[in-house]
Amino acid sequence: MRIIGAFVVLVVLWLLLSGIYTPMIVGLGVASAGLAVLVVRRMDLVDSDPVELALKPLGFPLYLFWLLGEIAKANWAVTRIILAAQMPIRQHLFAVQVTQKTDLGQVIFANSITLTPGTITVETEPERFLVHAVAYTPGTIGELTEMDRRVSAAEAV
Amino acid sequence: MSTAALIQEVLSWVLVVSGAFFALVGAFGTWRLPDFWSRLHAASVTDSAGMILLIAGMCLQSGLTLVTVKLIVIGIFLFITGPTATHAVANAALVSGLRPREAEGLIAAEPEPLTVAGGAEGDAEGTRKETAGAA
Amino acid sequence: MFVVATIMIILGMVLTLMRLFGGPTVYDRVLAVNLFGTLTVLLIAVKGFLSGRPDFLDIALLYALINFVGTIAVLKFFRYRAIGDYARTRDDEEEQS
Repeated sequence: MRIIGAFVVLVVLWLLLSGIYTPMIVGLGVASAGLAVLVVRRMDLVDSDPVELALKPLGFPLYLFWLLGEIAKANWAVTRIILAAQMPIRQHLFAVQVTQKTDLGQVIFANSITLTPGTITVETEPERFLVHAVAYTPGTIGELTEMDRRVSAAEAV
Repeated sequence: MSTAALIQEVLSWVLVVSGAFFALVGAFGTWRLPDFWSRLHAASVTDSAGMILLIAGMCLQSGLTLVTVKLIVIGIFLFITGPTATHAVANAALVSGLRPREAEGLIAAEPEPLTVAGGAEGDAEGTRKETAGAA
Repeated sequence: MFVVATIMIILGMVLTLMRLFGGPTVYDRVLAVNLFGTLTVLLIAVKGFLSGRPDFLDIALLYALINFVGTIAVLKFFRYRAIGDYARTRDDEEEQS
């Protein structure tokens, strides 16, 4: 089942990237996708874990839009720090509680923290992330807690 | 040129130039900021704002073609791998013993129970899994 | 507009190279290489539009893949001093010595 899924994904990727739809080119695409799947199968790299996207179909895109807004704000703040004559840096390494239940949710939260400039996930531990902030204010932890709450809300467990 | 085409042209102009501006600011920051930990954040500016704005501007420029699909594939890939690579660099620096200089008035960094000889390996395992899952 | 963008990105690459050569620690250099790769991807894409041949995007996609794998490989090497499956840990070294 996973083999067929991987094959279909590879063929679709070929069709999207090549853009030439003559029988020979498409045939070559199908052949190379088949070869790749065969090699992966021989290497025994296809695990039997089910692919679970435990995300809310509507909640997650909404979260992404909210995240884009946060990225814009954070970028502006860091740009002002970089271009300021006296760079107002207040570095701090602190811990943030993690409430996501799935691995995917935690990955999304950690990547979201890193994606907003100004905060970077430095270390992941079971219950908490260590986060480094370049311009630390007392409100920074509050913002990250808000992000944590939103990621947990977009999770469908 | 119709009004819609004009708006599209102007909008993509603004997006591409502002994206290039943010990419330049990020590179400037890595050159200017005083130490490694703050430079991480400057690189993050190029990875997020510069990349997103440039890709969006080029998408508008090319309209609804296969080129847009390729741009979106590149965009999604960079959107996921950019922060993962930054996290990997930061994590490697932390494990190797590099510590940020805390600002005055702030309590020193949180203790690191996992960086001792025995724990470092299990922790590295988790990082690698996360990387594989994100990619 | 793509001329302006190209010039700005190349300027950024020059600044990144300066950090790459001057970076005090190895992690500064890895960071600079990673950033340089991201800028290269963007430059290739913009260059494709500048010359009216967006086919360059395939190369940009490939470069993005290689850049990510390369960064992770270099970091793994500096952490374990090995790239293969069996990365020696400090415990192993203690047992041997």
